[in-house]
Amino acid sequence: MNNAKTGLAATLALAVGLAAVGPAHSDPVDDTLVIDGELEMVTRVKAPEGHPFDEVISGWHYRTDETRALEADTFQNPGMLYTQRGEEVWNTVEGEAGKSCASCHEDASASMKGVGAHYPKWNAAAGKPFNLELQINDCRVSNMQAEPYKFDDPDQKALVTFVKHQSLGMPMQIDLSEGEMQQWWERGKERYYLRMGQLNLACATCHENYNGNYIRADHLSQGNVNGFPTYRLKQANMVSLHNRFRGCIRDTRAEQPKAFSDDLMALEVYVTWRGTGLSIETPAVRQ
Amino acid sequence: MLKIGLAAFGACLPMSIPAGAQTASDATAETSMTGVPGDPDTGRKILADRKLGNCLACHTVSDMSEHPFQGDVGPTLDGVANRWAPEQLRAILVDAKMMFGDQTIMPGFYTLKVGVDVAEPFQGERILTAQQVEDVVAYLTTLTKDPN
Repeated sequence: MNNAKTGLAATLALAVGLAAVGPAHSDPVDDTLVIDGELEMVTRVKAPEGHPFDEVISGWHYRTDETRALEADTFQNPGMLYTQRGEEVWNTVEGEAGKSCASCHEDASASMKGVGAHYPKWNAAAGKPFNLELQINDCRVSNMQAEPYKFDDPDQKALVTFVKHQSLGMPMQIDLSEGEMQQWWERGKERYYLRMGQLNLACATCHENYNGNYIRADHLSQGNVNGFPTYRLKQANMVSLHNRFRGCIRDTRAEQPKAFSDDLMALEVYVTWRGTGLSIETPAVRQ
Repeated sequence: MLKIGLAAFGACLPMSIPAGAQTASDATAETSMTGVPGDPDTGRKILADRKLGNCLACHTVSDMSEHPFQGDVGPTLDGVANRWAPEQLRAILVDAKMMFGDQTIMPGFYTLKVGVDVAEPFQGERILTAQQVEDVVAYLTTLTKDPN
């Protein structure tokens, strides 16, 4: 009884202490992501061979109860507005050829199902990996005779979100056997461990060594990319993967590589591999 | 123990502790880098300032509980003055990698041994001035209350 009392007092003291100074290290939340009570998502999965972790964990587990709930409910998820806008873009004719995406690809729910789960992909003509943004721009120029989107054009983000959303719940899995994908993976890995900027931080410093800890109010995750483009509450906007790469790099006080530059494409290949097997969550909701 | 007279180098010269010349925990920076005593009140502000020390990003300090959302990547600074002497605190701040090894997440606050591709406004610049390091050391030496 005495022990129990002491234990309680200690617990209370600890709780008061935490309330005073902020959050403490905490493991990812033990919870299951089910979209609209129907679609159960894979948010924890055994890591692929050669991965530094045993288990790959979606960033969803590192977010608050409120944020996790937003993603689980299609009507509450603010990212779904961008998915709807993306569907409009899909059906809009643009360019000299007088075509929309739908002119060739027809019903995206059939033609795009699973497509976004397998990007980046080797593009032999370009001699480099393409992500969805590059693939869409290539299609716009070659087939629609339209202007390529500028990086983070709202329509680019909406369309990528819409296309990726067609793979909701499907496992992220890229093919490293095509072309020179393995070399790009190696280059991305080097980049992942490269210390950058005045603060001298690599991606791995935070997301490999300190996931589960807090930097200020931010619960560091493994930095998986299965939810991109993701709705970020902090920015009240859809955020593309390369926008987030650049934001993170800026925070190390390093020069930001250009979006879709070889450095960031290599990094996308590598970090996508790191999340192998996680369900596509686009549009995920994050802090 | 390796003693480094930083005052001799002056505030405008890079720190030069020879790498591998001592075990990490032996590193100290004995002397004030400026000759001007640190001001603990200023140091306290530097700790919280996100553009300066931003120490609360990674460390908790009970004495600064008016600042919410303190991080836990590094150990609490409560009682830090009982664990490290001022010259050790100075050495950690100047270049934590000398004390804790290359893999530490902690940036060096008065070093030019930094990462690649430093953004233009920060090129050739240290995070803190020598006097700011002294101010932070002065504040840290007041933190004598051990964590609960």
